[in-house]
Amino acid sequence: MITKRIIPCLDVKNGRVVKGVNFEGLSDVSSPITLAKFYSDCGADELVFYDITASSDGRKLFTDILTQTAKEVFIPLTVGGGINTVADFDRVLKCGADKVSVNSGAIKNPSLIGEAAKLYGDQCVVLSADIKRVDGVFRVFAKGGRENTGMEAIEWIKRCVGNGAGEVVVNSIDTDGVKKGFDIEMLQAVCDAVNVPVIASGGAGKIGDFITLFNTLPKVDAGLAASIFHFGEVKISDLKAEMARNNIPTRL
Amino acid sequence: MVAIVDYGVGNLFSLKSSLLAIGADVVVTCDKDVLKSADSIILPGVGAFEDAARKLNESGLDSVIIDLAASGKLLLGICLGMQLLFEKSYEYGEHKGLGLIKGSVKPIRDVVDNELKIPHIGWNPLIFKKENPLFSKIHNGDCVYFVHSYYADNCEESVIATAEYGAELTAAVANKNVFGCQFHPEKSGNVGLLILKAFVELKENEIC
Repeated sequence: MITKRIIPCLDVKNGRVVKGVNFEGLSDVSSPITLAKFYSDCGADELVFYDITASSDGRKLFTDILTQTAKEVFIPLTVGGGINTVADFDRVLKCGADKVSVNSGAIKNPSLIGEAAKLYGDQCVVLSADIKRVDGVFRVFAKGGRENTGMEAIEWIKRCVGNGAGEVVVNSIDTDGVKKGFDIEMLQAVCDAVNVPVIASGGAGKIGDFITLFNTLPKVDAGLAASIFHFGEVKISDLKAEMARNNIPTRL
Repeated sequence: MVAIVDYGVGNLFSLKSSLLAIGADVVVTCDKDVLKSADSIILPGVGAFEDAARKLNESGLDSVIIDLAASGKLLLGICLGMQLLFEKSYEYGEHKGLGLIKGSVKPIRDVVDNELKIPHIGWNPLIFKKENPLFSKIHNGDCVYFVHSYYADNCEESVIATAEYGAELTAAVANKNVFGCQFHPEKSGNVGLLILKAFVELKENEIC
């Protein structure tokens, strides 16, 4: 039986791993390559690298780091951040990425997902959506969660999946950084709407939050988190052992 | 020396890196003479069957691979590279494969219910069906990483491992010196590296 994936996310800026709480206030954690190897050895099922660099120098540094990581880490790598064109897909796939995650790039250019899926296959294209409740409605936010696009989130996700997005990362801005658990209500709405893998992001604070996630929503395929892994609050080996004890299929 | 067949399909960076990581002497090539001189050959592949089969045919590499396999050369197909080893595929039509392993490639959707997500993507435990030197360094139940929407069918004789995903899907096959993995060993962590290591350490004359 397919196992539930545990995915640490590394936000990379100027060659270093950072993590924003509610997307504000960055703090340095470690070297991306060292951290990626560490997570792979600890049993992470996949890694996400987000490039949050704005400059072209930083972008070059990011692809160098990605290349180095792909030479040493042999689990799937998803890359996101600054993906606006098919050329950006090409750039990171050549450096060893397996999947490419699009967020603002798809909002700016809604045909990007379809073009990329045609060239690289649906399995290569991941939609990442930053979602926040506004007056009781799930809305898609752009620019790292700062700008309300006004788009209704479930319709947006359905449209992107229809265009060829092979997986969806649902990042709840409402629960991100709060560490009180994943946004079950939001994830449920997404799981009901699409039939591609759904990756839950935002809100994990402890092992029990992952157990609740997978037990409550069997259609969720993976849990993604950053700082709780980076700061050792949740050890991946402990998390997976607890998943196994709860009969949640996991790769030990 | 292990040669990765470069026929313009997909990205070979990770595969090459994983072979270097296990200390293999590796070359990426489309040169027939280099393939002939290699101890073993890996046929990779991602994307569509028809496109890949056409590229192999246009480059003339299909007959080279068929001849080398017939001569006993060790050959490992990975993902679409495994599917190409079969007689034919029903991916968007009907297309001829290399015919090195009996069987055909069909949509997973044909054998699983509509609720199940396609592609089959993620880590899934291997269920061993036969002893095989490819698995000499790993264990029954070890997880490997899959990404595919089509599976090999009617190949009972050559199946050495399956994985459960709504149905029991072919995960690995072997026919004497010809091997195939539906999953990606180069993305399957240590287990994957151990499978690749077992393959590159095989000797032609040890395979009966």
